Amino acid sequence: MIYREAGQFKTSYASDQAIFPIAQDRAVVLLALAAAFVGPPLLASEYWLQAILIPLLIYSLAAIGLNLLTGYAGQLSLGTGGFMAVGAYAAFKLTTAFPQVSIVLVFLLSGLVAAGVGLVFGIPSLRIKGFYLAVATLASQFFLVWLFNKVAWFSNYASSGTITAPDRAVLGVTVTGPSATASARYLTALALVTVFALVAKNLVRGRVGRSWMAIRDRDIAAEIIGVRPLRTKLLAFGISSFYCGVAGAELVFLYLGSAETQAFDIGLSFLILFMVIIGGRGSILGSVLGAVFIVLVPIFLTNAPHALGLRLPVALQKQIELMVFGGLIVFFLIVEPRGLARLWQITKEKLRLWPFPH
Amino acid sequence: MSGLLEIRDASKSFGGVQAVTRVSLEAQKGEILSVIGPNGAGKTTVLNMISGFYHPDSGRISLEGRDVTELAPSRIAELGVARTFQNIALFRGMTVLDNLMLGRHVHMKTGVLSACAYWGLAQKEEVVHRRRVEDIIDFLRIQDLRRRPTGSLPYGLQKRVELGRALALDPKVLLLDEPMGGCNHEEKEDMARFILDVNEEWGVTVILIEHDMGVVMDISDRVAVLDMGQKIAEGTPDEVRANPRVIKAYLGETKAVPSTGGSRV
Ligand SMILES: Nc1ncnc2c1ncn2[C@@H]1O[C@H](COP(=O)(O)OP(=O)(O)O)[C@@H](O)[C@H]1O
Ligand SMILES: [Mg+2]
Repeated sequence: MIYREAGQFKTSYASDQAIFPIAQDRAVVLLALAAAFVGPPLLASEYWLQAILIPLLIYSLAAIGLNLLTGYAGQLSLGTGGFMAVGAYAAFKLTTAFPQVSIVLVFLLSGLVAAGVGLVFGIPSLRIKGFYLAVATLASQFFLVWLFNKVAWFSNYASSGTITAPDRAVLGVTVTGPSATASARYLTALALVTVFALVAKNLVRGRVGRSWMAIRDRDIAAEIIGVRPLRTKLLAFGISSFYCGVAGAELVFLYLGSAETQAFDIGLSFLILFMVIIGGRGSILGSVLGAVFIVLVPIFLTNAPHALGLRLPVALQKQIELMVFGGLIVFFLIVEPRGLARLWQITKEKLRLWPFPH
Repeated sequence: MSGLLEIRDASKSFGGVQAVTRVSLEAQKGEILSVIGPNGAGKTTVLNMISGFYHPDSGRISLEGRDVTELAPSRIAELGVARTFQNIALFRGMTVLDNLMLGRHVHMKTGVLSACAYWGLAQKEEVVHRRRVEDIIDFLRIQDLRRRPTGSLPYGLQKRVELGRALALDPKVLLLDEPMGGCNHEEKEDMARFILDVNEEWGVTVILIEHDMGVVMDISDRVAVLDMGQKIAEGTPDEVRANPRVIKAYLGETKAVPSTGGSRV
């Protein structure tokens, strides 16, 4: 019996409302975190850190952000890439204008800029819902990318329109730019996603998260108990865009090193949306699981034929990869529409009863 | 006598349909005022105007002397008006506990920043409001249901939870739109008991729409009768029962007004 709830009686409402009310959950999460901070920097290869783990963490942050808006508050958005671009360009402008300002502060400020932009583009949500809102956010996606492409000021008039992350240090360790090690960038991304996942968890288990879910589940009933629709939806847009903005800044500063606007095109918006849907709408853990799925499965598929001793033409292999990947997504959505987070929950419930299932 | 909630000459039409015509109603502080009338009489529309979903085409609604005619539903809720719906409007995917905690929304003040940090202000506030919610859970005897998603509950219990969510607001005025509709005899008795207790012990003013004449005549202080969008009678249960216009309105539909018993009109 791995999970044993018996004997853990809640003695106060505070402990009943804790993030992880079950002691085993708390222990598992803390252990996993410790392992994540210590393990990869010591053990993982440069390739694993750079090509897999760093983007995984950054996508997780963006997926958490989108999940707050779409999964919790029920506002479907296809503007994620655009809001991430705002964060990236804001970080670039800020840190080139004020090189002495801590890069962590720059990331946070970039998030705030993205939040402001998200608020503005969230205004239509008061009037339009569902697919129509998705189309409106799509417009913001195209507009923002177009804007950064068109106005050379955003890339400091670089001839190629490319923004490049300069060397910046935290506590004496270079964490961004060409001379930052993969480990330093990994740890920075991990620290940020840990803090913001915790913040997201705090938001959704209290008044704010409940008001989002109320608007999502039944907006008329939400209004009748005093939830103000505009304020609540805009808050979701603002906070979600903050997350996406920070993730966008990280994408350039901790992962790509340099980027053009294409890095933030509609494909990125869809990618993050897939993570939310596969991972589980309305789940913080699900956002991370979704990112893991979307990042790892293609890598697995790339290597699988080789491991099986199959030698396929590269083009054919690529096609098969895409087909299997797409098929897996559809399969998962049919088997468990509530995503990986729900599968995890079911597994846990099984473990709780094991070895005495009844 | 102080009119806690006053409706003056309110009219509302939808396209060509005149749903409510110059209706005036006044709920005194601490009373149970029932609104009865045949289907389509305009009862729900009156509640919708009070709670701000519709604004009257003409006329005025005031709460404690304050004009609330044009306020949005969320503002009306903040002023202490709670309601339930004829067709139940719970947050079906959320637990009973979360539904009731949402009822506390207007009393919770945590800002976004303290919510992000949680430990400290937000947590303290959660616990305070959880206590109030637990009182309501005990009162309604739904202790076993805390963690159940409301969508999975039987109809009668959903009605009860929806009442709980409205009570969590600590309302001055409670608007109940057919709280016993679709309930069996036992559930009706429970609900009637809850309404009486809320009214007597907590001093909540209740405006009740109900078809079960037995219950209405039993628990109401006063009864107003709507027919085809107009108020045709108002008074104590006995006065209303004896009113020829009321008898005619009901005879015109299906049955006479029963003096007791639980027949639906
Ligand atoms: N939103 C609406 N749109 C159009 N007609 C409506 C609407 N709401 C109510 N009505 C009409 O107003 C009249 C009164 O309805 P209602 O207030 O629901 O009656 P009751 O609750 O007494 O059964 C009915 O004829 C109904 O069809
Ligand atoms: Mg009605």
